Amino acid sequence: MRILVIEDDEAAAGYLAKGLGESGYVVDRAATGPDGLAMAVTESYDLIIADRMLPGIDGLLVVEALRKKGDDTPVLFLSALGQVDERVRGLKAGGDDYLVKPYAFAELLARVEVLIRRKSGRAEETVLKVADLEMDLLARRVTRAGTEIPLQPREFRLLEYLMRHAGQVVTRTMLLEHVWDYHFDPQTNVIDVHVSRLRQKIDKTFTSPLLHTVRGAGYSLRAPE
Amino acid sequence: MRPNRLLASSTFRYALVYVAMFGVSVVGILAFVYWEAVGVVSGQTDETIRNEIASLAEHYQERGLGQLISVIAERSGNRFGQRGIYLLADPEYRPLAGNIDAWPTVARGEPGWVDFLIGTEAGPRPTRQLARAHTFVLPGGFRMLVGRDTTERTELRSLITEALLGALALTTFLAIAGGVVMSRNLLRRIDTINRGSQAILAGDFRRRMPLKGNDDEFDQLAANLNRMLERIEQLMAGMHNVANDIAHDLRSPISRLRSRLEVTLLSPQDAATYRTALEETIRETEDILATFNAILDIALAESGALRNEFDDFDLAALIADVAEFYAPVAEEKGSTVTVDAPTPLAIRGNRHLLSQALANLIDNAVKYGGGRGPIELTLRREGTAAVVAVGDRGPGIPEDLRDKALRRFVRLEASRHTPGSGLGLALVAAVAQLHDAELRLEDNEPGLRVVLRLPVTSAAPVRKTKVVRPPVVKKTG
Repeated sequence: MRILVIEDDEAAAGYLAKGLGESGYVVDRAATGPDGLAMAVTESYDLIIADRMLPGIDGLLVVEALRKKGDDTPVLFLSALGQVDERVRGLKAGGDDYLVKPYAFAELLARVEVLIRRKSGRAEETVLKVADLEMDLLARRVTRAGTEIPLQPREFRLLEYLMRHAGQVVTRTMLLEHVWDYHFDPQTNVIDVHVSRLRQKIDKTFTSPLLHTVRGAGYSLRAPE
Repeated sequence: MRPNRLLASSTFRYALVYVAMFGVSVVGILAFVYWEAVGVVSGQTDETIRNEIASLAEHYQERGLGQLISVIAERSGNRFGQRGIYLLADPEYRPLAGNIDAWPTVARGEPGWVDFLIGTEAGPRPTRQLARAHTFVLPGGFRMLVGRDTTERTELRSLITEALLGALALTTFLAIAGGVVMSRNLLRRIDTINRGSQAILAGDFRRRMPLKGNDDEFDQLAANLNRMLERIEQLMAGMHNVANDIAHDLRSPISRLRSRLEVTLLSPQDAATYRTALEETIRETEDILATFNAILDIALAESGALRNEFDDFDLAALIADVAEFYAPVAEEKGSTVTVDAPTPLAIRGNRHLLSQALANLIDNAVKYGGGRGPIELTLRREGTAAVVAVGDRGPGIPEDLRDKALRRFVRLEASRHTPGSGLGLALVAAVAQLHDAELRLEDNEPGLRVVLRLPVTSAAPVRKTKVVRPPVVKKTG
């Protein structure tokens, strides 16, 4: 899995490369927008991590240019510009995700995983399956081992997100953004409470738990080994 | 005011334009009167001459030349008020009777109307006068000239000319004087505003433009300038606050962080201790960042920069969403969150910041009122306001501390032992300000009720989205 990091700050790019390298990714680095664009076009990457404030150019423009060339490599923006409107601009310019500096490395790693293993054609799926847990998206029904589990609409969306990223680590912030569309830090353990309620419903009466807490990172829904 | 300033002022230039327009109108009107009057007088003169000729011709036809001569002699007697000119001459133009002593040269030849100069005895001042006459030939070759001098016409003309010039002078004088007075007054007010602006530019930021109180355009201009100054002052204060906040609230945790690291390094430790120290450090930095973000959010809300990021949405749905988000946390504490927002209510604002503000309020309610009864959210429409209230049954805030509670980093004594940066309510206050909303802390008897009055948009109705609401617990009693 190859990742291109477009970041002008030597130290920041170094930490990123080191951290991602230790997690098993191959990392190339570009220090300017034009270099990054040239590398993205000539090489094939699974993911591009782009800073926004590059020397003399906004990383948005680099990604816009890339998208114009028809390149749809997933892009993760990293930026100190953290306001909601900036985030929206990033996604409009063709970014797939947006992470505000400073970030927890676990957060970055979780998002990188999700972006790289983005399944294609997910939109057509009508049934999600993880082990014996099934979600029928059309009938809005969830069953485990054939038994129906009644869920509140929001719980349904929470489980859907977890199931779509089964086997991956999903952070609290990711859940907050994708399930609730909130972009602030609730300061309390609200997400944990929601997840533990969901866990009550899908794991409680079964021997093998599917929904796991990943310390210091978030949650992961995965089939038992 | 210096004269050259006066001349350079646009008001004065307008005044001059008025003067010119007035002048042209007055001249036009008087010229019309003049031509009409002169025309009437000329017409009358010609008419009189024709009548005389007709009667003289009658005399001649009926009684012959002798009678005509005597009539002419009689009529030529310079009686007062008569301006008649008569001359009867033989075919060689030698005068036979009449009151001018020679046949005018211009009048020789073809008979008809003729204008010529004569020395006249008539009128107060004998001068050479223009006369108008008709000549004709009597049967037998005698020539006859009947006319009138035009003293009347001349007098009338000079009378009208004088009137015209007088009126023009008066108009010009009045217009100029009016222009000067008007432009002086206007310029004086503009000068006041200019002087005020210069003083403010020179650093007197507290200064404001004086208002006359008559709400004219100048007052409105001054009021707008004052509002602009208020806004600028607010923004400057905001920047100042951010700087202060950062100094106040970030300095100590950063020093703590540094001390922790230094202490860890003082003596050799085992790996586990280092690990613990590092984990502590990361936690510490997360707190610092949370505070930092809160400061930035507040600054952004206060600056009003997000006003162009407003859109229309249903406040009832937003409240239901945030309530649903916090409900499980409240339940863990042994409370319920009830929502009473019966009808959709469209408002215009920043959805994210309002969600965040509401989240802070519910979070506080859970923190302080959790386990002491329900947390009640209500939404009511009152005239042009949407009134959101978040009430809890906690200890509340004493009246004299309520203002203080809205300030930044204020941790009231009662909340010292609860986690939080002390920025929660400050953000709510900033978001309220961004939305021109009124924020009040009230007594919920017991507990705290936070009331937010937002202006409602009369905008297009919000698209009905299916809102999932938590079960509403009916209030009893």
